[in-house]
Amino acid sequence: METEPLFLQRFEIGGRDFVNAGKASTTVKGILKEIGMAPAVIRRAAIASYEAEMNVVLYARRGTLELRVTPREIGITVADTGQGIPDVGLAMQEGYSTASEEIREMGFGAGMGLPNIKKNADEFRLHSVVGEGTTLQIVIRG
Amino acid sequence: MKLAVVREALGCRVITGAHHLDGEVEVGCGADLMSDVLAFIKPHALLLTGLSTVHSVRTADVAEVRAIVYVRGKQPDPEAVELAREKGLVLLATRLPMFEACGRLYALGLRGGSEIEEDWSDGDRAPVPSAL
Repeated sequence: METEPLFLQRFEIGGRDFVNAGKASTTVKGILKEIGMAPAVIRRAAIASYEAEMNVVLYARRGTLELRVTPREIGITVADTGQGIPDVGLAMQEGYSTASEEIREMGFGAGMGLPNIKKNADEFRLHSVVGEGTTLQIVIRG
Repeated sequence: MKLAVVREALGCRVITGAHHLDGEVEVGCGADLMSDVLAFIKPHALLLTGLSTVHSVRTADVAEVRAIVYVRGKQPDPEAVELAREKGLVLLATRLPMFEACGRLYALGLRGGSEIEEDWSDGDRAPVPSAL
């Protein structure tokens, strides 16, 4: 049986919306702080959330980020509609990137995003369909 | 290292956070790629960067960075300054280029936080990382 969440919130993320890029994750960080999670856990969740949010902004048409906090864990699900990832194995390699010059000029697209999300998460699931979109589910425990 | 020392060593202009210059940073990180910052930076760090967009501050906030030094005369965008004020982050600006700014702080004892820098047992000689 699933544990009743302490907190559940969904954020909309716009593809190419560079002005608001990262706002959902800073809100997530604030919420986790308010709930009273440990600083190290908050940092891991905020970094993973921010990387995932930026991936939607940089590569997808639109997406949602859902934060689910239970007494035992933090769950973050980021689902987008967009181009999808043709080779997930390749995308998981550090340094592999399909980012445009424009994205790199903004300081992103170094090919560290997905591996870094995995590094910060205790559970990591990535499902992608080319031409449809990508869903990323992570769980972080204290 | 106190932020006041950083300011002095790099001849920084204080953009915001003048009241927090007695705050300490534990490690330093020089990067223009925010993806690298998110992947490698340690908490309570000083970030030196040439990226002047709002994402420099948003990344710093997420990664628990205490202060940013904008190098080679870069000025952060107004949105970046506003967000830093809101989050209580110190923003400094120096005319020095990245290499020189990092070098000066390193010479004063600020370290980078990577594991290879932990052990300086061989006198003054820095430990050498293994080849790629």
